[in-house]
Amino acid sequence: MVNISNLWQYLALQSPLHSTLSGDAFNLTKMGFTAHTLPALPYAYDALEPHISAQIMELHHSKHHQAYVTNLNAALESHVAAVAANDIASQIALQQAIKFNGGGHINHSLFWKNLAPTGSDETSPAAAKELVAAIEKTWGSLESFKKAFSATLLGIQGSGWGWLVKEAGDGAGLRIVTTKDQDPVVGGDVPIFGVDMWEHAYYLQYLNGKAAYVENIWNVINWKTAEARFSGKSGEKTEL
Amino acid sequence: MSSTLLRTAPVLRGALRASGVLKPAAMASMSFVRGKATLPDLPYDYGALEPHISGKIMELHHKKHHQTYVNGLNSALETIEEAKSKGDFTKAASIAPLLNFHGGGHINHSLFWENLAPASRDGGGEPDGALKKAIDSDFGSFDTFRKQMNTALAAIQGSGWAWLVKDKSAGTLGLVTRANQDPVAGPYVPLMGIDAWEHAYYLQYENRKAEYFDAIWNVINWKTVAARFEKS
Ligand SMILES: [Fe+2]
Ligand SMILES: [Fe+2]
Ligand SMILES: [Fe+2]
Repeated sequence: MVNISNLWQYLALQSPLHSTLSGDAFNLTKMGFTAHTLPALPYAYDALEPHISAQIMELHHSKHHQAYVTNLNAALESHVAAVAANDIASQIALQQAIKFNGGGHINHSLFWKNLAPTGSDETSPAAAKELVAAIEKTWGSLESFKKAFSATLLGIQGSGWGWLVKEAGDGAGLRIVTTKDQDPVVGGDVPIFGVDMWEHAYYLQYLNGKAAYVENIWNVINWKTAEARFSGKSGEKTEL
Repeated sequence: MSSTLLRTAPVLRGALRASGVLKPAAMASMSFVRGKATLPDLPYDYGALEPHISGKIMELHHKKHHQTYVNGLNSALETIEEAKSKGDFTKAASIAPLLNFHGGGHINHSLFWENLAPASRDGGGEPDGALKKAIDSDFGSFDTFRKQMNTALAAIQGSGWAWLVKDKSAGTLGLVTRANQDPVAGPYVPLMGIDAWEHAYYLQYENRKAEYFDAIWNVINWKTVAARFEKS
């Protein structure tokens, strides 16, 4: 369990667990710095149509997520050089870039996997029996959970994410949380699924109508992934 | 500052002052009718900033996004007023984040529309006179200032704004960025702002925000900026 202030250090340390999370390969460079790579989408760019357009998915994955990966690698490379030069000031200056781009890489990696093609079995809450039972216990019904989650998403001011998380500790209760910009879920909470509320996630299709995006995202939530994360059997490292 | 607002809703004065929102300098370009914020008219047509900012962006940005901030501000003010009439100050205070967000959104966009102008009219070029002198002395040159502003814009992580400001206490010009819709306040007078939210450019520039940050210099209204500078 790592807290937000040393996320940069976690990322800089290149824990092999993180490759399990993002599914990316680690390429050892000559500097001894291991590069992150953009994970492949587990479906085609148009698979989420008509709820999320292929154009959005392609830009979001191949441009936005790629930029987080590229900038994370650049920051890590500079960090390795700063460590080698014993340049503490530069190491400190790089923390924010590592946190932002590392968070962007982690969040989008989780997001792609907690979405599923329109009409697939994974998009049915029936694929998440244990999770749905826990949701009903917490919010009374799946419908009232969805209402609460949607309202939370629409209340985000500026760029950020909404998450359903399983809290750390023995109780392991469910909770809705938001993270700003590209802050990842931390503190041992397990992200079950996340929804990207940056404007780039919906603007080309929904324009300022973000309520419609939020309504439609429910049609492509991957409940199978959600169930696996909830039961701890996803094989992903979802906590930092 | 709108006397109407203050006359009809004296309670708001304290609330607004306490929240750091709606400073007099920023109020100059804001519209209030009978104590309510209203959407100001754009001083040019939606298509007037093309090809640098598309007509579709301008229309959505003004008619939908800015309108939403106006509505959110009015609704926050109403809730505060209502809470006040019931003596429920806890409730009134709980509205502060909404007041800051929507009030800031209204202020920022009102300032933004006016510090833009069609390239065929007052937009683009470089400032002259006292403003040019101040930029040269505080940034080295206009070019350096523009580069620093673009670097600041590119470095915004998430949604926000970059502003050329005058520091009233020091008397110097500077650059500040603000997250989301946080307004420029305190010792700073906002002279020129650039909206770095994705809705400001995405339909035209998609993820290529650096192109938007380059293009917008063609439609900066230096007359407005100079007037704000002289008044500050
Ligand atoms: Fe990675
Ligand atoms: Fe995103
Ligand atoms: Fe805006």
